[in-house]
Amino acid sequence: MEDLVMYITVFVLAMFVGFEVITKVPPTLHTPLMSGANAISGITVVGALIAAGSQNSGLAKFLGLLALIFATVNVVGGFLVTHRMLEMFRRKE
Amino acid sequence: MKEFMINIAYLISASLFIFGLRNLSHPKTAVRGNMIGALGMLVAVVVTLLDNRIVDFSLIILGLLVGAVVGTVLALRVQMTAMPQLVAVFNGLGGGASALVAGTALYELLSLGMTPDVPFTTATVASGIIGAVTFFGSGVAFGKLQGLIKERPIRYSGEQVVKALVFGLALLFGLLLIKNPGDTHLYWLMILVSSVLGVLLTIAIGGADMPVVIALLNSYSGLAAAATGFVLENNALIISGSLVGASGIILTNLMCKAMNRSLLNVLFGGFGEAVSEEEDIYQGKVKATTPEEVALILEGARRVVIVPGYGMAVAQAQYAVRDLYNLLESRGVEVEFGIHPVAGRMPGHMNVLLAEVDIPYEKMKELEEINPTFDQTDVVIVIGANDVVNPSAQTDPKSPIAGMPVLEVWKARTVVVIKRSLSPGFAGIPNPLFAMENTLMLFMDAKKAVQEIVNALKES
Repeated sequence: MEDLVMYITVFVLAMFVGFEVITKVPPTLHTPLMSGANAISGITVVGALIAAGSQNSGLAKFLGLLALIFATVNVVGGFLVTHRMLEMFRRKE
Repeated sequence: MKEFMINIAYLISASLFIFGLRNLSHPKTAVRGNMIGALGMLVAVVVTLLDNRIVDFSLIILGLLVGAVVGTVLALRVQMTAMPQLVAVFNGLGGGASALVAGTALYELLSLGMTPDVPFTTATVASGIIGAVTFFGSGVAFGKLQGLIKERPIRYSGEQVVKALVFGLALLFGLLLIKNPGDTHLYWLMILVSSVLGVLLTIAIGGADMPVVIALLNSYSGLAAAATGFVLENNALIISGSLVGASGIILTNLMCKAMNRSLLNVLFGGFGEAVSEEEDIYQGKVKATTPEEVALILEGARRVVIVPGYGMAVAQAQYAVRDLYNLLESRGVEVEFGIHPVAGRMPGHMNVLLAEVDIPYEKMKELEEINPTFDQTDVVIVIGANDVVNPSAQTDPKSPIAGMPVLEVWKARTVVVIKRSLSPGFAGIPNPLFAMENTLMLFMDAKKAVQEIVNALKES
């Protein structure tokens, strides 16, 4: 139960940090912000790696693999496409 | 000791995410910010691979390989105009992955003969519901943006009751699962019902409200990851998930404000389904023009503002707009872009299209910045935008868009509206701007119209 309180604390504090940091992003960059933030939400890949690699039975293993593919597309594609967009904004100076 | 080191590494990666997002506050540092974020992800992945629970790397290699190839191809090949679709897909995959990971964690615990406690199953339920809604909601959003499903909102009688019942049913299965964590059928029933809910929620929302939906789904994908973090008791997931959740909430809020509507109204309000009776406000007042005439007017202009809308994206007119911009600037005309927050199909959509064709970001002005400058502007060119330049938002308190912040283009000396016809925009209402004294209508495809204006300017 103490653990749970600790995790909730982390969750709430991180939310505040998120609000602080994100409000400073200018509207011009809102699309790359979405794709970049989205790539970060692909952190689920951490759980997917363990699920796909541990001693699971058939179904759990298959689900783990599916989750890993989804999350990896999310992470790799998300960071790459964000990079592509941000390069366009930087190009002309 | 090893677990301690792993947790420290997760903390480092979460900190890198925060640093990365902080650097997104300016276009100059943003590229670096994104790389810092990617580095954080790399740290998290490498550290996880050292985890003792991993005994078999074959599926991991397969999954990483397939995911990386698909992700790379999607990211490198997507057209900038199709960016909203791609973000919808990524949102959906993130949410789906979180739900699957939570489900797998439940199976794993059960296979070890342990009984999951209430916090564990509660988090699993949260992750499952949010993840499934995100996955299928994003699927529908993708279908609408890609034109696979019709963009008009699909409404029916008793709609809100149906949605409430489906949501209640998903919660019920969730509660039953918390009571009987051993019964995995309940998990799948809950996922099934949540998937239906995701479809019902997005199918009811129309094209121009997509920026809100995409932002909201973005937030959900973060919250699903955070819920999965509670399942796995992993701080990296909790922190990153809540960062993304916060980001999505902020954007959702901004989009709603830009339309002067509440989130509840966007999700359940039934906006834009009724096409109002065509009042004849246009009769005899609309003046059509030609590209040549527009070129002539532009010759005498010293300051020009271009207002792009979704029509520019549909017509892929951004390259033609760039040519016009370059030509005018080379002749000493001051050119700026006035961008409404909800122009296009996702937050910042127009800015990306303009950046793609090398328009400097200093030239892209927000609504509050550009509005005071219209009375010193000689020519405004509206390209494929409608509701965001509708004066009735300010003049008609009964209008469905009353109170919505709009670009006050009519204050300029001349307004040229490039549009195929007089058909109403998403709000389904006529636009008095088109009938104003100083407005000229250029009834053409956006790309062709701008190209012909450029040609006419060059010849003169």
